[in-house]
Amino acid sequence: MELTTLAFLIPLLPFAAFVITIFFGRRLPAERGLAAVPAIAAAAGSTLISFFLLLKVLHGAVVEVSHPWFKVSEYLFTVGVSVDPLAALMLIVVSVVGLLVEIYSVGYMHGDSRFSRYFAYISLFVFSMYGLVLANTFFLLFIFWELVGLCSYLLIGFWFEKKSAADAGKKAFITTRIGDFGFLIGVLLLASAGGTFQFSELFGMAQAGHFSSSFLTIATICLLAGAVGKSAQFPLHVWLPDAMEGPTPISALIHAATMVAAGVYMVARCFPLFSASAEASMTVATIGGITALFAATIACTQFDIKRVLAYSTLSQLGYMMLALGCGGYVAGMFHLMTHAFFKALLFLGAGSVIHAVHEQDIREMGGLGGKMKVTSTTFLIACLAIAGIPPLSGFWSKDEILVAVKESHNLGLYAIAVGGALLTAFYMFRLYFLVFCGKEKGEAHESPYVMALPLVVLGVLSVCSGWVGLPWLEHNVAGFLSGGEAHGHHGPDYTVMGMSILVAGAGIFLAYATYIRGWIVRDAFSRRLGPLYSLLYNKYYVDEIYLSLIVRPLVSLTRALFAFDLAVIDGAVNGSARLTVIWSRAKKWVDIYIVDGAVNGVAFLTELAGSVARRTQSGYVQQYALMIVLGLATIVILKLLL
Amino acid sequence: MELPILTLVTFSPLVGMVVVLLLRGESERGIKGTATVFSGISLVFATLLLAIFDRSVPGFQFVERAQWIPPINVWYYLGVDGLSITMIFLTALLSFVAVIASYGIKDRMKQYFALFLLLQTAMTGVFVALDFFLFYVFWEAMLVPMYFLIGIWGGPNREYAAIKFFLYTLLGSVAMLLAILAMYFSTTPHTFDIVELARTHPFAPRFQMIVFLALFLGFAIKVPVFPFHTWLPDAHVEAPTAISVILAGVLLKMGIYGILRISYPILPDAARDFAFPLAILAAINIIYGALVAMAQSDLKKLVAYSSVSHMGYCLLGMSAMTATGMNGTVLQMFGHGIITGSLFLLVGVIYDRAHHRDIDRFGGLAIQLPIFTGIMSLAAFASLGLPGLAGFVGEFMCFVGAFPVFKTIVIISAIGIVITAGYLLWMLQRMFLGKPQEQYAAFPDMSARELVSLVPLQILTVAIGVYPWPIIDFMDTTIESLSYFLRGGLS
Repeated sequence: MELTTLAFLIPLLPFAAFVITIFFGRRLPAERGLAAVPAIAAAAGSTLISFFLLLKVLHGAVVEVSHPWFKVSEYLFTVGVSVDPLAALMLIVVSVVGLLVEIYSVGYMHGDSRFSRYFAYISLFVFSMYGLVLANTFFLLFIFWELVGLCSYLLIGFWFEKKSAADAGKKAFITTRIGDFGFLIGVLLLASAGGTFQFSELFGMAQAGHFSSSFLTIATICLLAGAVGKSAQFPLHVWLPDAMEGPTPISALIHAATMVAAGVYMVARCFPLFSASAEASMTVATIGGITALFAATIACTQFDIKRVLAYSTLSQLGYMMLALGCGGYVAGMFHLMTHAFFKALLFLGAGSVIHAVHEQDIREMGGLGGKMKVTSTTFLIACLAIAGIPPLSGFWSKDEILVAVKESHNLGLYAIAVGGALLTAFYMFRLYFLVFCGKEKGEAHESPYVMALPLVVLGVLSVCSGWVGLPWLEHNVAGFLSGGEAHGHHGPDYTVMGMSILVAGAGIFLAYATYIRGWIVRDAFSRRLGPLYSLLYNKYYVDEIYLSLIVRPLVSLTRALFAFDLAVIDGAVNGSARLTVIWSRAKKWVDIYIVDGAVNGVAFLTELAGSVARRTQSGYVQQYALMIVLGLATIVILKLLL
Repeated sequence: MELPILTLVTFSPLVGMVVVLLLRGESERGIKGTATVFSGISLVFATLLLAIFDRSVPGFQFVERAQWIPPINVWYYLGVDGLSITMIFLTALLSFVAVIASYGIKDRMKQYFALFLLLQTAMTGVFVALDFFLFYVFWEAMLVPMYFLIGIWGGPNREYAAIKFFLYTLLGSVAMLLAILAMYFSTTPHTFDIVELARTHPFAPRFQMIVFLALFLGFAIKVPVFPFHTWLPDAHVEAPTAISVILAGVLLKMGIYGILRISYPILPDAARDFAFPLAILAAINIIYGALVAMAQSDLKKLVAYSSVSHMGYCLLGMSAMTATGMNGTVLQMFGHGIITGSLFLLVGVIYDRAHHRDIDRFGGLAIQLPIFTGIMSLAAFASLGLPGLAGFVGEFMCFVGAFPVFKTIVIISAIGIVITAGYLLWMLQRMFLGKPQEQYAAFPDMSARELVSLVPLQILTVAIGVYPWPIIDFMDTTIESLSYFLRGGLS
């Protein structure tokens, strides 16, 4: 089979699974686990193909094809796929995490009344994400971009009986759509300037200097708005923490491989455009940096296990954006990959914990390490990985990011990156110690093997996946992503490495000192710096600010406009109708008393004259004879006189 | 002799009307059966027309021409081109669907179906007529059955709505009539021939301006363009379900069709002069309609105002006169026809059960009525322009087509996609999500008849969303030549 056909199969398999499961899922045999079979089989198939394509791409194969789809005068719309190193890497991330999450879900969603629906949605989700990754035009990218948004809406709000879940789904869709508005404008700008939606052509034009730099700055910042929405960057980050209302495996999927990865992936995909404008790159880096630090500070104060993880995702995505903005194309994508594995692991681990104790507040947990060996071990691995302890995966990719930021010679951003690393280590181990160490509280049990197995696989990946980027390797991920060139490839930077280890160690130690040893009183911070603490605890009040500055005024505006519609515009219509009626009444009066009056008046006069004249018609011959005589006499007299 | 297919498409419903009126008694099956059959015949011929239409020809096909009133040079002149063929099919399809959706009518059934069939003939006639006189006859002939259909079978406030609709549209028609007469008397020899006038477009710019404005009043009221839109929420809300479907699905399209068919080719200079104001009105329609829709608590009113917003995209697409934009306009019209048609049918479905349409009084219906919820969600997502469904491609092409000419206006209009998502998702949440409510527990899910009228529209929604080419292919040639003609004058 041709490689391009295989590439088309990657999204089509899960799509087929979606169609089968949505229409026939309820009829699959009573043993509910079977409803997941099409979805998992498709996911496995896509995973195999993804690995096969990765091998081919590693050996230099080029997989790119476009089929005409429809044409509208000057624009030709095509359906195509393109598997370059970037897409190949992303395919692995999506397929592996997707497959593991689906397997895990069989256990997690066991007994749910909408079990088959869940697997239909998740297949559609994975389908959309594959489509987004494989897209080779902005038009296709936008289509799948929106579909990914739809699927997160459906899955975040999966338990829609809960108002909070329904709210969260809606919030996710609308918030990201605000970003999509910008993205759409960016696409329109590029398409109208370049006359095409094709990536390769547009990137070629950008490199050939076809676009002015100020144009590219505007266009890419518009595109960035889309990424800010999807990848939950400040200030459109508000939907992601709420998105934990969805089933926990979905959080794993959204946070690791699908929804939020889309934004970073898009920026990486359009890297030729972003890197052509220094201002745009700087914007990307700044937004990433702000988000990285901002979210990390919030994460330190939250008590909901999934919320802590959610803010850690925001922060890590910020790191990726920061890297991309500083020209660290490889660093950003490398971190996206390693993060996908350990963050999926963290969420699935959290799911395992929630499944066991039916509780999400970490203050109510503790000492689970003894009872949940697999979960606690893999969770520890993930914590070490995200904290950046060598030789785990996160260390290598975070190191790449720090190097990239350092090389951009922006001291402020570098300080943010290092500070964020400290906080990351701290809040992750705060979480770990509170949940798994200390005194046992209540009953718990290890999760079934369908849930434990994905944890183990992700644990292995969280350890090893970073090794493809070892700086000492000749052919590492950097060389692969940048197309074999030495571009972006640098030797190991031992200062950065040392600093990174030191900072991570310090963060862990701080957590250890506070939550295990008690050397630092737990609420020392909240007591001493009360206002600051509550600012962080309340997530900088961003939600509240949006509610009072945007949502409420908007609702009032719509009411006001509706009132305007009724009172003014419709009022004018009804008013003119009423005026017409009044006018016609006036005319009726005129008609009756003046026009008709005149007519009647004439008639009256005629009648009056007639009644006078009638008196002469008496019927007496003598009277007539007298009249004749009088008449004759008058004539004669007149004749004589004249 | 060739098959007079356009006459057949247009007048088979009228024959149906005569048959319905001649039926003895009030046999329910007889009346509904006749209406379905004759409306169905029209649909069959419209489908046949799609099959035999030559897509590579920009001009008119299946032309039928005969002298009608020789002294004033009036012809019975029908024809179809890429612009009208999709609208003819849409009319036939939605009318057929509406007939099925009208099976629930109990009161004065005979008159209802007779008037409905008359309405269908008049609507189809508007899209096939190529003689101004004939066009105007069809245009006016639509008003009368519509007036009675709303005024007799409508909701509690039906008489107000019917009169408002009638007078409002009549006002527009009078302006249009004056414009037509003005054109008639300033040509020598006097002619009502739309094709001929479009070919020669003989009028001086100043004259064009005046005629354009007069015609525009007539068309703008139909679209409806802000601020002439307030008849719409009343008429839509008060009309019976099937008539709302027709109003939104077909009648609104006539305004846009009229501008594309008459104003643009016959008055090209004026059209170019008014392009910018038209684009501004488009943006107002989009944003204002969407914002007002958000304030609605009556589901039917929400859908009605969403139509105002969605027709704004059509205006935006055509204002720039690019082929992409105008293709987008027609595609958006078609898409809006089936999507909003579906939405009104769905409103009818829930109203038949709950006897109210207050969004806030629903909740949790997703559990009690899963099929209804599924179809409603599909239609709502199509309406908010989700890719893969019919609303998206048209909307996107309107943006792409207008963008090179009216950048700022397109950017402002694009805010509409966020607001639209807002009000539709909010509506879905309030009606379907949350805890199920007891008083709705006994509601049956969709009946077979309801599914028959809705499922085909959903299939079309997905099909057009995934593969819009067949529709674009029908109109692209015609629209490209129109765009070339209009924009050729720019350089």
